[in-house]
Formats: sequence, structure tokens, C-alpha cells
Amino acid sequence: MSELISKYLPNVANLGWTGDSGWGTALFQTIFMTFWPAVIGGLLGLIFGLALVLTKDGGILANRAWFNLCDKIVSFFRAIPFIILLAFIAPFTQLVVGTQIGTTAALVPLSLGVFPFFARQVEVALESVDRGKVEAAQALGSTNWDIIFDVYLSEARSELVRVSTVTLISLIGLTAMAGAIGAGGLGNTAIAYGYNRFNNDVTVVATFLVLILVLIVQLVGDWLAKKLNHQVR
Amino acid sequence: MAYIIDLDHVSVTFGDLHAVSDVTIKVEKGDVYGVVGYSGAGKSTLVRTINLLQLPTAGTIEVAGTTLFKDGQAQVTSKELQEKRRNIGMIFQHFNLLNEATVIDNVAFALKHSDLDDDAIEAKCYELLDLVGLKAKAENYPVQLSGGEQQRVAIARALANDPEILISDEATSALDPQNTNQILDLLKRLNKELGLTIVLITHEMDAVKKIANKIAVMQHGQVVEQGKLRDVYLRPKAELTRQFVGGSLAAAETLKAFNLGTLGENEQLYQVVFSAQTVTKSVILELYKQVGVDVSMLYGNIEVLGDEPVGTMFILVTGDEQQQAQVESLLKSYQVEVTKVDGGILA
Repeated sequence: MSELISKYLPNVANLGWTGDSGWGTALFQTIFMTFWPAVIGGLLGLIFGLALVLTKDGGILANRAWFNLCDKIVSFFRAIPFIILLAFIAPFTQLVVGTQIGTTAALVPLSLGVFPFFARQVEVALESVDRGKVEAAQALGSTNWDIIFDVYLSEARSELVRVSTVTLISLIGLTAMAGAIGAGGLGNTAIAYGYNRFNNDVTVVATFLVLILVLIVQLVGDWLAKKLNHQVR
Repeated sequence: MAYIIDLDHVSVTFGDLHAVSDVTIKVEKGDVYGVVGYSGAGKSTLVRTINLLQLPTAGTIEVAGTTLFKDGQAQVTSKELQEKRRNIGMIFQHFNLLNEATVIDNVAFALKHSDLDDDAIEAKCYELLDLVGLKAKAENYPVQLSGGEQQRVAIARALANDPEILISDEATSALDPQNTNQILDLLKRLNKELGLTIVLITHEMDAVKKIANKIAVMQHGQVVEQGKLRDVYLRPKAELTRQFVGGSLAAAETLKAFNLGTLGENEQLYQVVFSAQTVTKSVILELYKQVGVDVSMLYGNIEVLGDEPVGTMFILVTGDEQQQAQVESLLKSYQVEVTKVDGGILA
């Protein structure tokens, strides 16, 4: 196997598995840069998405001021192109993780880059929950926490998994840009070691690996969304 | 007399729209109170003020001895309101069950804040499902059930906290006639066996006729007529009520079809209403025998209101004033309700 790779994909083999430019390192960096922002950005997105639905007119905590605030924050971060966001929030990144470059530094802009996208997706997912179910819960004397957990999040769970899948795939896409601040990852391998050095085989292999990651996320996401859904017969 | 639901001069305004204007409805314990009207009449908005799902703009709301709303604001904290709402079950047109929860979990959801422990909650859920005849489907998901079954689960859920009041918001409107009857029978049984007070909103007169004892008819946010079902049903005053009741419309049309024009001298038209106890007597024969008047029957019909068969007849009596008075007193002595009807109805 390794002989075959050395023979037909020499530049791919040259990068090795470990080390700064290694494939294993790049793969780990991509997964690392997908996982933590997914957790942090996901949580932020969920909170903002929930806040948008709950504070909207007719929501259980309807409050125009809070709604506008959340809405503006989400729209603001959503409007900034990610590659610019990386640079734009560098001072903030410095403040949070103590450095502006490297894989860890990329976690901050990635989290902030993915949360508004996810917040909008969560908003749509939660709005698919029939208002009548919320009303029925209110009529039963449910508390707002009951309504958030047992009605909104529980009833929309399949839809939430679906939008999480979409978000995760889009996040994998964003990690490719994190190379711009020296964060490494498969995207960086494809550009820095592949495209810039005219090593097309590296670019192709890096792309292929990203595709496999996306495919795994998609398959697991679809399976889970289907398993959790009892809305149709 | 303390009312279990006392809506006093309640209004609900959305901007310029007067969804409910100055409505007063008083419901006694054990009543099945029907609120009928076309869609957009304000029925749903009105009944949602009972559990403050809809805050009124003005008026006073008292439910089971607690003042919920007065002087333009809610009189209970949100925690108190949550407690209070557990005493007011509600069912809806589209059932509003949690689709991602099993039947038993849907019922258990209502008991989340009860004092019962988990075992007792489970036992109670099965008891409720048994009551609505769905014990066997406890582990199913709502989508696996028919509409009627889903509504029965919703009823079990609404009854979980042993409420004194059940609000039914068009609960049978999305169901076929067979399921509608099953649900209505169930509601009637709950009213009789548990003493449950029911407020039934519907646009179907048949549903009200079947189980209600009192009725309010709504139009443009106002109650145009209210009272005992029997009175409103048999002698509707408002035009809208006549449309809903239908029966009296049929009577009017039949009478017109006779083409009698106006009443002659010594002729008087009567509406005669009799119930189960009096049907057996041959009242009309007695009129002829005892008073000696000529009686023609122009229209007759028997309806079942609640459990009770109620007959309506329009009779034309020919006799002088003294005989007419005798006719009226004789009919009354048989516990038959008799009302003079203006001859204009024949034209």
C-alpha cells in the first residue's frame, strides 16, 4: 500500500503521516477544529435560536427588545464573510485563548462563524413546532422550562438533528479557511502543500479526505434524524 | 349562587378588532355549556380567557372561586396561574398531542408537576387511558392512532389533574360523524360520572343538541342569545340562532308551504312543546272532547335534546276567545308548553 502511494502519489507520500505537514496531523486538526466549534458554536446557536423563537411576537416570552437584540447579533455575525471574521476578531481571540495564530486560535472565529448560521437553522426548526402544542402545554399548566424542553426541543428533535448535520458540514468547509491564520487542517494541506506547490495529487487526496468526513457526518445525521422522527406514519 | 365560571362583561380587543365585546356568561357546576357561532365569531377567543390563554382587555373572570382577572389585569401570579390551569382541562380541534412522545408519555406530561411518585403516575395514566378506552395503545405514538383515538388521548391528558372544568375547543370538528359521536358520548359520560363541568365550543348545532344543557350563540364577538338549551332551541329569538337551530326554520318553511295566507276569524295558531312524559296522552283528542274546538295539526317534529325527546307541534285551533283560553289552560294542565304564534308566520 505505502509502496503504491510512493510510486503513484509521490508528493502525498512525502508529506508523511506525522509532523507539521503530515496527513495525520492535518486530519486531526480538521476534526479538532470541527468538534469544539460545533460544541461551543452549537450551544450558542441553540441558545440564540431558542431566544429568537421564544421572544418573537406570540412566543411564550414575547419581548420585542430582546428579540431585536438577538436578531441583530445573529444578523451581524452572519453578514461578515468568514475569512474577514478571522482577522476582524483577532484581538478578541488573543484575549480568549492567548494567541492569534494556530489551531487553537481558530476555534474562536470558527465558533463565532458557525453560531449565527446554526441559530437561524434552529429558529426555523423550532418554528416547525405547531403553536397549538405549545398552547396545549400552557393549558395543562406547564412551566416555560417544560415548554422549552418537552415541547420545543423534544418535538423538533429530528429537525434539529437535520439542521445540525447541515451546519456541521458547513463547519467542515469553514475549517479549510482557517489555514489563513496558520491553523493547519486538510484545507491548508490542499492549498499550501498542494495548489501552491503544483502538487495536484496532494490537493486531490486532501479533497477526498474532506469528502469522506462530510459523507460520514451526512450518513450518521440522516440515520439519527430518521430514528428520532415519529411525526409521520 | 356561586358560578364555577363567571365571565362578567368580558371584552378582548386586538388593535381595532373587537374579537369579544362585553360578553357575560355564567356557568354552573355540572353544566355542559355550548357556545355556538360561525368561525370568526369570537368563540375561541372568549373561552381562552377562562384559563387566561388569552388576556382580556376588560371585564372580570372568576373560575372556581378564584378571581383570575379584574380591573384590566391578571389577579394571579404566573405560578398560581399554572396551578389554576391544572384545574381546567382543555382539548382542541387538532388534538395538539406531542408527536414525539408515546400515548402514555403524553398523559404523563400533564402530571409532571403532580405530587404523585413515578409508580403512582404510571398507574394513574393507565387508569385514564382505560377511562377513554385506549389502555392497549399506551406505547403507541400519536401518528399511529386515528383522529378519534388521538382526541381520546387528548381527553385523558386533559383529565390527568382531575380538573373540575373541561374546555372543548371545536374538539369534534376535525372528526368524522362516527368518531364525533364517540367523543360526545364520552364527554357526556364524564359530565355525568365525574360531575365535570364542560364548556363546548362548536359550530355544529348537533353536538350541542346532543350533550349541552345551556347554550350561548355568538356573532361578531357578542352573545346574541343565551339560556337553557331547550328554551333557546325551541323558541330561538335571534335570526342567527334560527339558522343554527334549523328545526324551527324547517317548521316555518312547512307552514308557509300550506299557503293558508292569513288567519281567519276565531283561528289561532299555537306552538305546542311537549316532552317525554306527556307524549303518551292523546292531548289533541282531549281538546276536541273537552273544549269542543277544531284542531288541525300543521307541523310536528320530535327532537332529542340531551337525553330527552322533545316534541314540537304547530296546531291551528278554531274557536272563540273563551275556548282559546280553555285550550291554553287544558294544555298547561297536561304540562305541555303552549305559545301563541302570530299568524304572520303563515304568509
